[in-house]
Amino acid sequence: MDEPVRPRTACPSRDGLVIAAIVAAFACLPPVANAIDQPFLIRVGQRVVIFALAASALNLTLGFGGMISLMHAAFFGLGAYVVAILSFHEVNGDSLGTGPLALVGTSHLALSLPLAVAAGAAVSALLGAAALRTTGVYFIMITLAFNQMLFYYFVAQQTYGGEDGLQIPGALDLAGLDPARRTPYFYVCLAIFAVALVGLQRVVGSRFGMVLRGAKQNERRVITVGVPAFRYKLAAFAISGALTALAGGLMAGAEQFVSPAEMSWSRSGELVVMCVLGGLDTVWGPALGAAAFLILEFGLSNYTTHWQLPFGLIVIAVAAFSREDVAAWARRAGWRA
Amino acid sequence: MNDPPLLSITGLHKRFGGLVVTRDVNLDIPRGETHGLIGPNGAGKTTLLSQLQGDLAPNAGTIRLAGRDIVGLSPDKRARMGIARSFQIAALLPEFTVLQNVGIAVQARLGHSFRFWRLATRDPALTGPAREALAEVGLESEAATPAAFLSHGAKRQLEIAIALAMKPALLLLDEPMAGLGKQEAVAMTRLIARLKGAYTILLVEHDMEAVFSLCDRISVLVAGALVATGSPSEIRDDARVRAAYLGH
Repeated sequence: MDEPVRPRTACPSRDGLVIAAIVAAFACLPPVANAIDQPFLIRVGQRVVIFALAASALNLTLGFGGMISLMHAAFFGLGAYVVAILSFHEVNGDSLGTGPLALVGTSHLALSLPLAVAAGAAVSALLGAAALRTTGVYFIMITLAFNQMLFYYFVAQQTYGGEDGLQIPGALDLAGLDPARRTPYFYVCLAIFAVALVGLQRVVGSRFGMVLRGAKQNERRVITVGVPAFRYKLAAFAISGALTALAGGLMAGAEQFVSPAEMSWSRSGELVVMCVLGGLDTVWGPALGAAAFLILEFGLSNYTTHWQLPFGLIVIAVAAFSREDVAAWARRAGWRA
Repeated sequence: MNDPPLLSITGLHKRFGGLVVTRDVNLDIPRGETHGLIGPNGAGKTTLLSQLQGDLAPNAGTIRLAGRDIVGLSPDKRARMGIARSFQIAALLPEFTVLQNVGIAVQARLGHSFRFWRLATRDPALTGPAREALAEVGLESEAATPAAFLSHGAKRQLEIAIALAMKPALLLLDEPMAGLGKQEAVAMTRLIARLKGAYTILLVEHDMEAVFSLCDRISVLVAGALVATGSPSEIRDDARVRAAYLGH
């Protein structure tokens, strides 16, 4: 007989081991790719790590806060555009904004990534404050609307390439490292992902996390014992938006290119699918979901341009037949402590 | 009379459209009293509790807690001021363990929860008082059980433990015996008897035996209006109460 479902974060040592195992597995990718002479796999791995970070960030609100956001692609794109636009202005030599608000551009990721994080936090706090007045289906719809607003905002920015996107004109620099050097940049992204995952693991088990997870189960109860749930949900939304923007900024560094396509609402949906595929109740599940999603996409698109069709069937099969997610398979395969 | 009553309700009025559910209610409850609130189904007892706790806003009237008007304050603010409510239909956090359910209430009392690093389930500042509250209701042995897996009776006990963990000035108990078996109802009556005196309690309950044995005073609510307030024996003998409620 199955033992009762217990809150899984009650076992931090096990979750810590799983996080270490995932990071270690990712870390093996570059030497393996080089050994089998398939260096392009590092680029695939790069995407996996960055989307794993974005999906993990989304899951703080989705899985632990019960807030189904369809605007996280907008935060991702926002972070990417912050990095790209700042670099664009440095190369052009003109300043960004006017008067006392004028900013000079920069191609230093050590500056532009923190700015991307700040922009993500500010925009997600602002829009979240409006969206979190609603719940359920209305929350989904309002986040979808906000996503499209930001999407069309960047489509309309002809200076920055409009819907064609913006090629980052100069070389970026991360504390002396050129992100175009794939392997070292891959490890930088992986290190950031690892730190973020450990941080998220602490957050969901902390007092803040208890409030967030409690509000997901029964917000009225949390309020009735004296906790103003709204501000905690909003803080979680802002943390999540900031981390997602960080992932977007890292992506801009990896691809040297940003496009509004990265922030379409369907990309928001893909992030949700990554979380669901990987499991919503662990910090590390969405990273596995992101890996499964992108590897399937990569593998299937080798056979057909209509890769979404078999992909959709696989997702349906996972949902309908197993009713389990990747994290559940992993636990059954022996990760259960 | 220098000390204001802990709870003072004056001219409280609430309607849903054309339906008046609270009709000019005036009631003072002194500190330490166990006050029963009885009335037929649909009399507006739960609605009255909801206005005290803050889920519902009255159309008119004042509610004072220790002299301070609390109408217009949010439910979480009122909770931090000392109003604890147990719900008629158990409103727990089903995925959390019993201990975690109580821990949230302790957390709320200890100030803000913008603490992001330390593991809450191993924080003695939370688990200590939470275990004490569980001990008070006799639920320590279930501390590690997810709330969803508790029996109905244990869920009612947990509701009380959560309220006690808030170290409340005023306990609003909404039908704590509802749906309990004979044995469990007796145990719950004993539990409330133990709390009596240590807390100011407003008890809504259909179990007349329990209400008349536990309460210092009883108020009778009929169609939103208080028709009588008095000691258990006064209420038992009140003709209006008998006519309206006890069915004699």
